[in-house]
Amino acid sequence: MAEVQAKSPARRLEDIRPLSPHLQIYKWTWTMAMSVFHRMTGLALYAGTVLIVGWLLALAAGPGPYECARWLMTSIIGKLVLVAYTWALFHHLLGGIRHFIWDTGAGFERDARMALAKFTLVGSIVLTIAFWVIVALAR
Amino acid sequence: MATQNRSFRTPRANVTGLGAAHHGTEHFWRQRLTALANLLLIVPFLWILAAAYGRDYASAVAIVSHPFSAVVLLLLVVSVAIHMRIGMTVVIEDYLPNRAQRVVAVIANTFFCAAVGLVGVFAIVKLSVGRLLL
Repeated sequence: MAEVQAKSPARRLEDIRPLSPHLQIYKWTWTMAMSVFHRMTGLALYAGTVLIVGWLLALAAGPGPYECARWLMTSIIGKLVLVAYTWALFHHLLGGIRHFIWDTGAGFERDARMALAKFTLVGSIVLTIAFWVIVALAR
Repeated sequence: MATQNRSFRTPRANVTGLGAAHHGTEHFWRQRLTALANLLLIVPFLWILAAAYGRDYASAVAIVSHPFSAVVLLLLVVSVAIHMRIGMTVVIEDYLPNRAQRVVAVIANTFFCAAVGLVGVFAIVKLSVGRLLL
């Protein structure tokens, strides 16, 4: 039966090929966690960009749609989403800088790797707090 | 290294057309190029976002339609649309084992990112250039 399935055109070789060991196999490390965070924040920013473009479209559409968008953005949930969005933005930004450093061939040593990984998390939290403190103080 | 490389072919020529999609390092390079553009544009973008956040309609329009803001937002929305398309394509290729699903998802992602980019450009152009024409 398995042989028949493997030969049928519906089941290509690549569909029955085993996958590489997945996340749950490995012991978590800082560099691995920040690599996963980089991809997750990238996905979050995909949605975040849609929200920002939606905000611009509401503004372009007129006062009515804009008031709706403004109400959403200044609500508790809206504020939480915006804080999460800016954190994802800062984390992905610092993660991207980390990749630029790696692209030059530097930063692969054990200590440098760990320092860069910790820097992306600590840096993103510090930048997010700093951004919203500045926004609040500027009002 | 230099003594070993006796070919007249450039390193670039040796990788052009390689890879699973025969695009060589094009994806990698474009992802880095748009990443750098995003990096440079994020500071003025956050400035615009912070300035316009929670403001009334007239103030928000004034901030976003300012020539500096409009140009920054136009550059950013195009760069981000390209960057997010490549990023999501990589994620789809990594996590969707079924070939048919993968092809459909990659196409849908391309269409979606093109639409997000174009809607963004349209909104910014309407807010900035559109105000001059009215």
